Amino acid sequence: MDSEEKKSDSGDRRDFVGKCAAGAFVGAVGLAAAGSLCGLKPSVLPDPSEQFKIGSGQDFPVGSVKVFEKENVAVFSEPDGLYAISLVCTHLGCIVSLNAKEGQFDCPCHGSRFTLKGKVTRAPAPKPLPWFKITAQPSGALMVDKGISVESGTKVVV
Amino acid sequence: MSDPNNKPGLLQVLENLKNLPANAKASFSRRGPADGSRRTRAQTVFNNVFMHIHTVRIHRWSLKPTFTFGLGVASAASFIILAVTGIALMIYYEPSTTGAYESVKNITFVVPGGRLIRNVHRWAAYMMVVTVFLHMIRVFYTNSYKKPREFNWVLGVILFVLTLALSFTGYCLPWDQLAYWAITIGANIAGSPVEVTDALGVTHLVDVGAMQKELMLGSKFVGGPALLRFYWAHCILLPVAMIVLILAHVWRVRKDGGLSRPSDITDEDLKGTPIEELAEEAFSEKSRKSYGLMCVVRNKTAAVDRGPERTVMSWPHLFNAEMLIFAVLLVVLLILGLLVDAPLKELANPSVPENPAKAPWYFLAMQEIISYSAFCGGMVMPGLTVVFLMGIPFLDREEGDSGRWFVGDGVKRTTIKTTIVSSIVIIGMLAFTVTFGWLRNWFPDINQIWITIVNPGTVLMSFFVVIAFAVIAKTRSTRLGMTVLFTYFLVSFVILTYFALVHRGPNWDFYWWPSLWPTH
Repeated sequence: MDSEEKKSDSGDRRDFVGKCAAGAFVGAVGLAAAGSLCGLKPSVLPDPSEQFKIGSGQDFPVGSVKVFEKENVAVFSEPDGLYAISLVCTHLGCIVSLNAKEGQFDCPCHGSRFTLKGKVTRAPAPKPLPWFKITAQPSGALMVDKGISVESGTKVVV
Repeated sequence: MSDPNNKPGLLQVLENLKNLPANAKASFSRRGPADGSRRTRAQTVFNNVFMHIHTVRIHRWSLKPTFTFGLGVASAASFIILAVTGIALMIYYEPSTTGAYESVKNITFVVPGGRLIRNVHRWAAYMMVVTVFLHMIRVFYTNSYKKPREFNWVLGVILFVLTLALSFTGYCLPWDQLAYWAITIGANIAGSPVEVTDALGVTHLVDVGAMQKELMLGSKFVGGPALLRFYWAHCILLPVAMIVLILAHVWRVRKDGGLSRPSDITDEDLKGTPIEELAEEAFSEKSRKSYGLMCVVRNKTAAVDRGPERTVMSWPHLFNAEMLIFAVLLVVLLILGLLVDAPLKELANPSVPENPAKAPWYFLAMQEIISYSAFCGGMVMPGLTVVFLMGIPFLDREEGDSGRWFVGDGVKRTTIKTTIVSSIVIIGMLAFTVTFGWLRNWFPDINQIWITIVNPGTVLMSFFVVIAFAVIAKTRSTRLGMTVLFTYFLVSFVILTYFALVHRGPNWDFYWWPSLWPTH
């Protein structure tokens, strides 16, 4: 009985050392692998600047709408100011088209609909189209920054 | 060292040169001259690294065409054809946003034979999706995932997912309009957890969606880095994973005792399969060493229990069958490739999506549920489906006969009933959604989380989970419960694919027929 217990005891001890060794091995390889995986995420993204010029105040008479196709942004001019709205559908990133007749944005991919203010009127889009920040340069040129979204309803008076 | 048997001088060299062909052949095949005896035929199989993944003898049931329809072999054959044509295409393909489209155009119009190779690659990809899918159906309805084959079923499900992943990554490479918008949608599905984090208001703390999307694209937007990542996945990562898992899959088939077969095979059943006279030498007491090794397999082996009289030599019977499937498949793919060109739309244009922007047909069922909720339809439901498929052999542990189509009490009846009920329910749900819309139409300001949780997809899925539990409670048969869920999965896949293919038009609106789409 005694000797048997001893035996299993020493077995446990050997087991423990073995497990430590295996654990250290797995840990080292695992951490190395996890470290290498960081390489998948570049620390600087190769993306172009998200700011672009849209012209000056005179280019936007009240009631006009200008679509910037390359940037996928529409700029609306209303009596109380300008606003820039994203044309990228919040569902899966398709480009919504301005349906002037119905006064709405249509997404071709999964049928989302938005009002001209960006509010979702038909699923599946989960959230409204974002509004972007418009700033005036000292020269009078207007810039839109797609990296900064502002509260819907924030208009800029030029 | 000198050999006393050697002839003097150059004579021995000439003699060796004379014998070179025979010696080279013998060293190549690791056996003596092929005399057609069972021993050399067996050696042909187990002395070759590529062939010894087969058993030396195979049960005639496994060669029964109406049992397997050769679907597993057809899947592997498609993969081989894809690998060969894919390697050929890689010579000319250039994975950059400026070069990709041009190079695919060159492959199609300039490279001699390039168009055919590209077409066959495309058709083989479609073929592989179809055969892998049908193969899974065959294994399920013949009850062949049961012990000891559970793990091989799991490997099969992983192979199915890999097939779809390979297909998707390949679809993106030509960098035409189809490709660009497929990547865009795929990337936004990866980014769709933001739907939930936004609804909970925690996106600024943990933005899982953006992280996944960035990992996939190597950027915030779809562009060069994304194309390079897809190319890498399509040409190295996924094919290597595929090859390793195919080998494991086939090896497990053999180690788990060959293909499943019923316990009550009659001679009538085996009509039409190859037959051989029983050979004394193969089963004598003095069986050769390798036959001893053949017995190191689990469960019933070819020669145990059922007796050797229903097995035949793999060489040539199994190989004949495999070659036949391969040859027929190749001919079909060549004919398709000669007749129908793989599509190449105009160059990718990031400001104008296709309208409607449809995924390849095997993703259309998913696209339909994605049109309810991106996160739920694109990640949660496909994820649950894969987990469910992998779990089938562990949820249903009933020991029953396997190897025959719809074997087991009530399986056929349950399958037919489920097919009818699920067709009606799914079509009804689609009609309801098309006519009345869904939560967003009724409550425009509803929190997105409710739509993510309660949408036509989840409602249908929950309905059939409840039915499956009811069936299990009533019949006390998990096999029947799994039959309900698997059949529902198949029927919904088929109906949703058809619906999205034919009845979804511009803006994902419902149309009775594509010819009714508004023209621009």
